[in-house]
Amino acid sequence: MSDSTINLKYSIPANDFTFAGEASSNVKKMLSQLGIDPGVIKRTAIAMYEAEINAVIHGGGGVANIEISPEKIIIYIKDEGPGIPDVDVAMQEGYSTAPEYIREMGFGAGMGLPNIKRYSDELQIDTEVGKGTTVKITININ
Amino acid sequence: MKISDIARILDAEVVVDGGNLDLDVECACGSDLMSDVMSYVKENVVLLTGLVNPQVVRTAEMMDIKVVVFVRGKSLPQTVTDLAKEKGITILTTKHPMFIACGKLYSAGLTGRGVWD
Repeated sequence: MSDSTINLKYSIPANDFTFAGEASSNVKKMLSQLGIDPGVIKRTAIAMYEAEINAVIHGGGGVANIEISPEKIIIYIKDEGPGIPDVDVAMQEGYSTAPEYIREMGFGAGMGLPNIKRYSDELQIDTEVGKGTTVKITININ
Repeated sequence: MKISDIARILDAEVVVDGGNLDLDVECACGSDLMSDVMSYVKENVVLLTGLVNPQVVRTAEMMDIKVVVFVRGKSLPQTVTDLAKEKGITILTTKHPMFIACGKLYSAGLTGRGVWD
């Protein structure tokens, strides 16, 4: 890791829909202060926000680690939730296991992971049923 | 179409003035599902929604959406208006239901579309 890499860390509280998105908001602000291209910032913000919401909804909260280097932004969202039994199925647009009260809040439409993939340059999902999930999102700056 | 025009066309109340009523809006997105909103990529968008919670404002923030219209005359909790003030996002409320509100804006010339075109 080079000296010019910026590392950020946030905790993501479980089931707190007022606070959810605060980590993504802070990262968006930081990227803006760094003078990063607005299109890159928007892609990063949306992808991270979707992953953050997923951690709130499914993961029982978690931790966000962000590495910002001159070349790319890497976001790790780690939770210790139930894990994803079948990632290929979870990646399908419209597939969701979110409960009804989450849908009433405007999420759980089965677009979270597909949106993360759409806006990232690389998406890696490490998951184990009963242990948790780590989502790694890479966004190239140039 | 300026945000002030949207307020006039929808007989809307400006609940939070984000200081951008003169901003030009080119496209509209009407949805109660925030992930659907986030798969819609366009600049200078107005979001119309019947969903009332702070995540609407969060979604607008991530998407660089500067104005949100809450339809069907919903009253807004303070968590929504406080967050919008903090983020500089204008909040309008209209008594019109979603379909009518979208129709009025479309009829007035706001016909720009998103990635689903």
